Amino acid sequence: MKLIKIILAMAGLVATPIVTIAGEDSQLTINEEPFVTSVAAPAHLENVDTIYSGWTFRTDETQALQMDDFDNPAFVFIDQAIDTFNAVDGSAGKACVSCHESPEVFKGLRASMPRVNGSGELETIPELVNNCRTERMGAEKWKWSGGKMAGMIGLIGLQSRGMTVDVAINGPATSMWEKGKELYYQRVGQLDMSCSNCHEDNYGNMIRADHLSQGQINGFPTYRLKNAKLNTIHGRFKGCMKNIRATPFKEGSDEFKALELYVASRSNGLMIETPSVRN
Amino acid sequence: MAKGVKPRVKVPKTASAGEMVTLKTLISHKMESGQRKDSDGNKIPRSIIHRFTCAFNGKTVVDVEMGGAISTNPYFSFDAVVPEAGEFHFTWYDDDGSVYETKKKVEMA
Repeated sequence: MKLIKIILAMAGLVATPIVTIAGEDSQLTINEEPFVTSVAAPAHLENVDTIYSGWTFRTDETQALQMDDFDNPAFVFIDQAIDTFNAVDGSAGKACVSCHESPEVFKGLRASMPRVNGSGELETIPELVNNCRTERMGAEKWKWSGGKMAGMIGLIGLQSRGMTVDVAINGPATSMWEKGKELYYQRVGQLDMSCSNCHEDNYGNMIRADHLSQGQINGFPTYRLKNAKLNTIHGRFKGCMKNIRATPFKEGSDEFKALELYVASRSNGLMIETPSVRN
Repeated sequence: MAKGVKPRVKVPKTASAGEMVTLKTLISHKMESGQRKDSDGNKIPRSIIHRFTCAFNGKTVVDVEMGGAISTNPYFSFDAVVPEAGEFHFTWYDDDGSVYETKKKVEMA
C-alpha cells in the first residue's frame, strides 16, 4: 500500500508517475516462497522503467488472499479442473490424463506462452486445450472464457507459478508482436483511448474507485472479486475495450492473440502468479 | 445430490499438546436457495448445507446451523486446542440428505 500512496502523492506534482521502490510490507509470498513483484522493465519497453505485478496495486486484504492457497478462492476452480483433467470425455474415450501423465507435465508452459508453433502460427493455451479436445478426444470445443476452460488453463498455469515470464518476441514472432504493439498504442472507441493511456501513462492513479495497474497478465487466469470466478486474458481485454466504449475483438481472434503476445512480453521478468486474486 | 460438491480443509499436520491451531474449511457447493424457478416455472427445491460440524476424537469442536441467506461455498475458519494426537472429523449436511465428510489426522510434534 505504501507504493500506491507514494504514487498518489507524486501524481499531483508531476506529469508522469514516478514510482519509488515498494515498501517492505508489500512482499508477496506464496507457500513461503518469495515472489518478484517489481523488476526493471525489459529492454523493448520504451516508456516504462520498472514493471509491477498487478498484485502491488491491490489493497492489503486482496493481497492477503493470494498469499495463502486455502484463502485464494481460485483454488475452488482449480480443484474442479483436476476432476475434469481425470474425467473421460468425447468419442475417443479419453481423458486429459490418458496422454498427459499429470498436470505437472505442463510446468513451464505458461511462462513462455503465447508462442509461435512449427507451422508459423501464434498459439495460446486455450487453443492447445481445444485442439486436444477436438482432435485427440473427439470432444466438443470449450468456450474461450467458459468456466471449464478458465479452470483448466488455471490448472496448467499453476504448474509454472513462480517461474519467470520469458516470452519470445524475436524470429518468427516478430510480425505478430509488432501487430500487438500497434494495437496497444492504437486509440479506439468512443472515449478514444489506447491501452497505454491507462496502463502506461496513469498506472497507480485512481480510475473511479480503483487503482490502475500496469495491465500485466502474469497472474492470469485471475480470480476477480467482482464476478467471483476465474477470468481469462481475452475476457479481460474484452472488458477493457467495453469500458472505453469500443467494439471488442472476438476472444481468440488474431487481434487479441497478437495483443496477448505483446502484453505478455511486457511482463518479461515478472513471475507467473497464476491463479492470482484481483478486484 | 448437488453436483460438484468438494470439501476442502486445512489442518496442520503436527501440533504440540495443548496448542491452539487454526482450522480452515470450505465446501464448494451451489447452495440452491429454494427461491428460484426453472425454465418451466417449477420451484427448484432448496438444497443448501444446513449444518456443519467438526469433532476431534469424537468430541465436538463446533456445530454450526446455517439458514437461507448463507453464501455459496461456505467458508469457516476457527481455532481449536489440540490436547493429544488424533483426528479431526468434518461433516457437512445437505438439505437433500447428502452428507459430506472429511477426516484429517494431527500428530504430536
